[in-house]
Amino acid sequence: MGEKVLMKGNEAIAEGAILADCRHFFGYPITPQNEIPEYMSRRMPEVGGVFLQAESEVAGSNMVYGAACAGARVMTTSSSPGISLMQEAISYVAGAELPCVFVNIVRGGPGLGGIQGSQADYFQATKGGGHGDYKLIVLAPASVQELMDLTVEAFDLADMYRNPVLLLGDAILGQMMEPVVIRERAKVDLPPKTWATTGAKGRPKNVITSLSLDPAKLEEHNLSLAEKYARISNEQVRYMTYMADDAETLLVAYGTSARIAQAAIDMARERGLKVGLFRPISLWPFPYDALQLTAQGSLRVLVVEMSLGQMVEDVRLATGNSKSVHFYGRTGGMTPTPREVLNEIERIVEEGI
Amino acid sequence: MKQVFGRPETLTSVPTHYCPGCTHGIIHRLIAEVIDELGVREKTIGISPVGCAVLAYDYFNCDFVEASHGRAPAVATGIKRTLPDSVVFCYQGDGDLASIGAAEIIHAATRGEKITVIFVNNAIYGMTGGQMAPTTLPGQKTTTSPRGRNVESAGYPIRVAELLSSLSGVAYIARVSATSPANVTKAKRAVKKAFETQINGKGFSLVEFLSTCPINWGMSPLEAMKWVDDKMSVYYPLGDYTRVPEVG
Ligand SMILES: Cc1ncc(C[n+]2csc(CCOP(=O)(O)OP(=O)(O)O)c2C)c(N)n1
Ligand code: SF4
Ligand SMILES: [Mg+2]
Repeated sequence: MGEKVLMKGNEAIAEGAILADCRHFFGYPITPQNEIPEYMSRRMPEVGGVFLQAESEVAGSNMVYGAACAGARVMTTSSSPGISLMQEAISYVAGAELPCVFVNIVRGGPGLGGIQGSQADYFQATKGGGHGDYKLIVLAPASVQELMDLTVEAFDLADMYRNPVLLLGDAILGQMMEPVVIRERAKVDLPPKTWATTGAKGRPKNVITSLSLDPAKLEEHNLSLAEKYARISNEQVRYMTYMADDAETLLVAYGTSARIAQAAIDMARERGLKVGLFRPISLWPFPYDALQLTAQGSLRVLVVEMSLGQMVEDVRLATGNSKSVHFYGRTGGMTPTPREVLNEIERIVEEGI
Repeated sequence: MKQVFGRPETLTSVPTHYCPGCTHGIIHRLIAEVIDELGVREKTIGISPVGCAVLAYDYFNCDFVEASHGRAPAVATGIKRTLPDSVVFCYQGDGDLASIGAAEIIHAATRGEKITVIFVNNAIYGMTGGQMAPTTLPGQKTTTSPRGRNVESAGYPIRVAELLSSLSGVAYIARVSATSPANVTKAKRAVKKAFETQINGKGFSLVEFLSTCPINWGMSPLEAMKWVDDKMSVYYPLGDYTRVPEVG
């Protein structure tokens, strides 16, 4: 076991990246994630790494593309409007199969929106965002410890599958202080980066491109991506449950909402209500099968999100028409309270819907 | 016997797709010769643009990355900051560099990124079929300025070498053309100096080529060469634009 320290969520991400041997960071200031570039600007020179403040998120994310081409472990972090600007590079790194890590500390939108925590970027994160047939591995931590641990894992997953990984947090998680155990890093066998453009010394040249003017070739490439995505879907589904075994009402929530849901569940249990939680940790691949199984014994499902309801569509896909799926959410940077969630639980239980 | 006009090692034998009379091909060759002469092929990484030169990676025999439209200097920054001992060059058109990628080139230049940019100014969007570029001359007809570029509404062409020369991170910057053997010789000298500037760690270097696009200009290859000399070189004077960098 490593040492235990009190850390802010955003700093845990930064230190997690350092632990994962990330030595290249490119970023552009935006609230509520400024602690990450600030931390990196201090920390990277200490470990012989590179910190560079880019002129925009467009440039920063394309610097990530370049560093990934050169074989670096590289990360950039931002918040919603900045992540929108990165969609170009995200599509390109996905197409060119470059390992790299993106972090979105989500704030309220659309547009300039606000700076409070939100989960309204779920669609952008899991359904595309950029153009073309591609998938990001999307991880949703719910504590400062998980922010750190999943950041470390994100780099291994990226290298393992040659795929960009997105860590989806929010302003509340980013600003939260919690004790963190700095763990020894698990050793993972990773393929050598023989494809990297490091100079054609003693080997034929390497070319990295996402261009394929022949549609048959592009289709072939996309089908190989699909095969990889199927493999990831088989191997990297992550979720947790809480008091779900006997739950008549099953809450489904991720990240900050999952913590709120859990508090509501404790209150409901005190009142004798059989309520439990299913928490997806990988938002892509989404734990469809596990959720379907978990929900089988319950009468109803309640999805809690800090948005107008986005993940609820995946929950409906998982449970099908057999189950009534309810939604409760706040949007624009408003946070549901455990009390509000409890009221909603009581309402649907009483109405027997 | 010494071979005097073979294919440089840094070029492949793949035939290029460039139109007859297009100077993209000559520019490729000059870069390849310089890389050969400096002996840096095995540590060079090129970045191709979105534009007619998008397939440059097929023609150069060194590691290559294809960037999104205008972002080559940002991609180059990521590569060079990862591999500081490598030689990194961007190959960019005028739409790529001076329009959609204006922010990236200015900031790479002002940061003094130790990269070399080959900027191919043909006063037009070649690849997409001849639309107006940021460098299209006043009065020049294109498919999106059918009555000629009207500076009242479309504004004025950008002089990239002059613009960037004011930045302290720029260690070498020049404008050249490839319209005659004499100009080609000067152009090669400039390309070599640009790469040497990078290799010696002095800062950012850029060579702007006035280049032809006979197809989209509606000219014969000869007329196009003449148009570069008579029209483009007037608005965009050839020469060395390097200023002694002021520190601070
Ligand atoms: C984001 C984006 N916008 C637009 C395009 C379409 N496009 C392809 S090439 C090009 C213009 C290239 O012109 P230039 O940079 O001058 O290069 P040239 O073909 O003249 O050498 C454009 C607009 C694109 N590929 N990507
Ligand atoms: S369209 Fe113009 S720039 Fe493109 S290859 Fe043809 S002549 Fe050259
Ligand atoms: Mg052009």
